[in-house]
Amino acid sequence: MPQIVKNALENSPLILFLAALVAAPFVISNQYVLQIMIFIGIYVILAQSLNLLNGYIGLIAIGHAGFYGIGAYTSAMLTVDMGAPFEVAFLAAGLVAGAFGWALGRPTLRLEGIYLALATLGFNIIVWLVLLNWNGFTGGPLGIKDIPRPSVFGWEVDTRIENYFFVLAVVAVVVFTMARLVNSRFGRALVAIREDQLAAAAMGVNVTRYKVQAFVISAFYAGIAGACYAHSVRYISPDSFTMLESFILLAILALGGSGNMIGPIVGAAILIAIPELFRAVSEYRMLLYGLVLIIVMQVRPQGLFGGHHYDLRLRLFDRRQRKAYRGDVFLPPEAM
Amino acid sequence: MFEQLVNGLTQGSIYALLALGFTIIFGVLRMVTFAHGEVFMVGAYAGFVVFTHLQDNLVLALIAAVVATFLLGALIEIVAFRRLRNAPHFSSLLVTIGFSVVLTQLARLIFGAEVESIPMRQIEGLAFSEIRIGEVYVSYLQLSVLMVALLIMAATFLFFRYSRLGTAIRATAQDHEAAMAMGVDVNRIFTITFAFGSMMGGIAGVLIGFYYNLFYPTMGVMLGLKAFSAAVIGGLASMPGAILAGLLIGVVEVFSVDFVNSNFRHLIAFVFMFAVLLIRPQGLFGGGQLKGARGD
Repeated sequence: MPQIVKNALENSPLILFLAALVAAPFVISNQYVLQIMIFIGIYVILAQSLNLLNGYIGLIAIGHAGFYGIGAYTSAMLTVDMGAPFEVAFLAAGLVAGAFGWALGRPTLRLEGIYLALATLGFNIIVWLVLLNWNGFTGGPLGIKDIPRPSVFGWEVDTRIENYFFVLAVVAVVVFTMARLVNSRFGRALVAIREDQLAAAAMGVNVTRYKVQAFVISAFYAGIAGACYAHSVRYISPDSFTMLESFILLAILALGGSGNMIGPIVGAAILIAIPELFRAVSEYRMLLYGLVLIIVMQVRPQGLFGGHHYDLRLRLFDRRQRKAYRGDVFLPPEAM
Repeated sequence: MFEQLVNGLTQGSIYALLALGFTIIFGVLRMVTFAHGEVFMVGAYAGFVVFTHLQDNLVLALIAAVVATFLLGALIEIVAFRRLRNAPHFSSLLVTIGFSVVLTQLARLIFGAEVESIPMRQIEGLAFSEIRIGEVYVSYLQLSVLMVALLIMAATFLFFRYSRLGTAIRATAQDHEAAMAMGVDVNRIFTITFAFGSMMGGIAGVLIGFYYNLFYPTMGVMLGLKAFSAAVIGGLASMPGAILAGLLIGVVEVFSVDFVNSNFRHLIAFVFMFAVLLIRPQGLFGGGQLKGARGD
């Protein structure tokens, strides 16, 4: 049997799941459900991005909505105010957020856990306050309206189905690049730092450099998620990027379990879908997220999928025979 | 000018009180709570309900807030910290964030999202009778806020310095294993400390709620975070540091209105906190152990 077929067979659950996602909009005609799936996609990107920090390298970052907001505003302002093409704005959203990640990470990542948490939260509040009050630059509390739909190299993303495919494509790229990343030498260094920073440093891992790099990459992905949000909803205001948004991401990671690839996806799917599908509950969605944080930590602190290793790399073209990997190295994030 | 200073000090004494509660909790448990602002909000509402529905008496309102937030603090400590003593710190942090979200939402369910105020006829005696000190007029309410805040701070220092329980708390802050070996019930001390710190938040809640006469579910968010910054600026475990930083932020905020757009005055505390974290992470008044009321 050719290697590619073997690989495909081994990857069959993943391939089937992807196929189902591609087929979904043709089966589901309900526009509203599609919209929810678009939101889930955006939150999957965000949760994966935060997972790199909270789950893999063990940094306590609790202000991720700051980067999300910077990405959304960058992309929206570039396209609306300056008429930049979508492709440029989309990439710029990630780059600008990444630059902020670098500017924030460089000085703060030397701090211990709790101080870093405070710094990231402070960053989130400052971003929100600036978006809200710098009327001349950001539009203030009214936000930005009439953000153009995505158009990618001639593909005009006009309908909701197309929008779904656009977000799905972005999610797929994010998840697979992230899966590659965390399973690489880089990813192993992150886990080593999480498990024992001193030991990692003694083994020659440049702890601060890896932390800053992970922080920048994570901010980049959050910025991309912001651009997806801005161009999917086509209206943004500072209220979408408050601390509550960061807390929703924490709840997603807490429920799904961090430090693995599947947890953030399942967590996002559950926590975004539930309040939307049961309209009666949607009024209490923040209450739900708060309760999830409290209860999951009591009952199953590692989350649904925490403490296991799941490989989401789609390796159709690998020539090497894969070694069976039973991820007992990947423990849940340890005490910080 | 002088009146502005009094305004700043009044505002600052609230920050200081909140930051002090925060500092006491951090000094002993070595953990940060994110629900402090919401405990503050619960205290404010407790005072509000008693004042409007039972009897318009500020002291009674304060007592209600003290009882409510003491019990709430104990509950949070048990759920977020005692039960997760062996889990990573991050778990406890998440649970306190959960509490902060849940408490805000519950307040929204019970009282609605709108701003509530105490009816004028009930509060005018407090808010509009002024006392003349030298050249300055200070409202009775402003004076009560300052007095109560000062009183609580002084009582806290005396409590930690001289009482048996205060000594046990200080011992636990220094080395909880040694304290345990000396027969201190450390779990109980942790819960009491947390409840005590929360109670101070509750008192601050009543004071500021009455001072501005505005009560709403998210009233604790900004204040809690500013108190947080004050605690960090002061050194996270230094009680005088927290008080001074709180007063400083209050005064700077009031005077900043002359220089910057008033919407940006909320930024001051956080920018200041950032600067301190970068330049002197241990805070202006040094970190280490719970300081300021040492008997040693």
